[in-house]
Amino acid sequence: MTLADPRLAASTHGPFTPSVFHVVGRAQEAPDVVTLALESAEGRPLPFKPGQFNMLTAFGVGEVPISISSRPGHGPLMHTIREVGAVTRALCRAALGSPLGVRGPFGTDWGLDDFAQSDAVVVAGGIGLAPLRGAVQALLDRAGLPMGPRRVVVLVGARTPDQLIFKRDLEDWSRRGQVAVTVDMAEEGWEGNVGVVTHLVDQAAFDPNRAMALVCGPEVMMRFAIQALIERGVLPTSIRLRVSLERNMQCGTGLCGHCQLGPYILCKSGPVVTYPQASRLLTEAEL
Amino acid sequence: MSPSTASELGAHPLFASLSPSALERISTFTSHVAFQPGDIILSEGGTAEVFYLLRRGKVALSAHAPGKGHLLVQTLGPGETLGLSWLFPPFLWQFDARAVELVEALAIDGPGLRDKLEGDPGLGYELLKRFTPVVLERLQQTRLRLLDLYGDRARADGHGLGQP
Repeated sequence: MTLADPRLAASTHGPFTPSVFHVVGRAQEAPDVVTLALESAEGRPLPFKPGQFNMLTAFGVGEVPISISSRPGHGPLMHTIREVGAVTRALCRAALGSPLGVRGPFGTDWGLDDFAQSDAVVVAGGIGLAPLRGAVQALLDRAGLPMGPRRVVVLVGARTPDQLIFKRDLEDWSRRGQVAVTVDMAEEGWEGNVGVVTHLVDQAAFDPNRAMALVCGPEVMMRFAIQALIERGVLPTSIRLRVSLERNMQCGTGLCGHCQLGPYILCKSGPVVTYPQASRLLTEAEL
Repeated sequence: MSPSTASELGAHPLFASLSPSALERISTFTSHVAFQPGDIILSEGGTAEVFYLLRRGKVALSAHAPGKGHLLVQTLGPGETLGLSWLFPPFLWQFDARAVELVEALAIDGPGLRDKLEGDPGLGYELLKRFTPVVLERLQQTRLRLLDLYGDRARADGHGLGQP
């Protein structure tokens, strides 16, 4: 038996021992982005809430934190992964049937129970849409119900049209809510918007007094998106504005401290934090 | 021009809360226009003699790059202003503008309004205060795009908590 043998990981359970899941589906979202559908080898679904993340292990290569991109209670566990290094490359190239290790779920969630009768405004940039996918699906399912949002607005930015992820979801969501997509660069033939995602905030139809916003993407994008939301009249309070932050999550349990951001250990206090928690951290250099 | 044109001008964000007399003065240079999908509204290098207050539809700004065809620079929609070059020398369009959808707009005669503003500095200053934020917003958006937020330089700074 070697370190690469998944049976070793499956033999014991604890916060640092991954459970074995098998790849039961894969979708190429963009040239360097893949969504993997995973099912437990032990037949035990993983309970989680939108916004949380798991530590995924490519056996023999390493472990990385990846946001959950599916909705709880609906089919297999899904993770959307961008290939940026050795471990994510191994995960992105995992074939159907491959075993992967899963530890989690870890961290805070988007708190969707607070969205009753609100205008839910979701702003995502690049692969930042991944941790919001399950939230959007859950919000759309609840839209119009007494405990659900009044309306759902999804604003998405990407670098180029071919870098847009979840294209089929975006089409589906546009039939059930308001969806606007923009890209930074495009060639002739693209009929959608060209410009920064913050521009969509100015154009979107929502009531700022009812708006509750979820924002995820590169931190500079989040900073400017939040600024645009506040300029539209969205109150910068804990309940109204939430963002998802990322740092170097490693243990997932708050012990190792690698993901410390100012006063927060993000694997436990995050990744989803309120804007009042994040506002200073988003503008402070070297944090 | 009819009072309704003045009120239509006042309903556009660029001229919101402008005084009725100022709207009346601008309305004398204003006409209603429409463009079908695919129509070229502005051509790069052409004389900038007009600007448009968009009321409906989408317009794509583009530049031609040898070997790459037309690269889209920005899209504009209802409530936005198309055409800034009419206000600044050398009064030449810097980009092509094409209607992506049926576009309805108020077209304002640039040279006529410029002449008017030369003799009406109060109105001229008021319009500059309204055009400057448009220019500033376009500059800020351009700076944001220069950061290439989702591109190769930001690969490890995307989201998804992805570590190498």
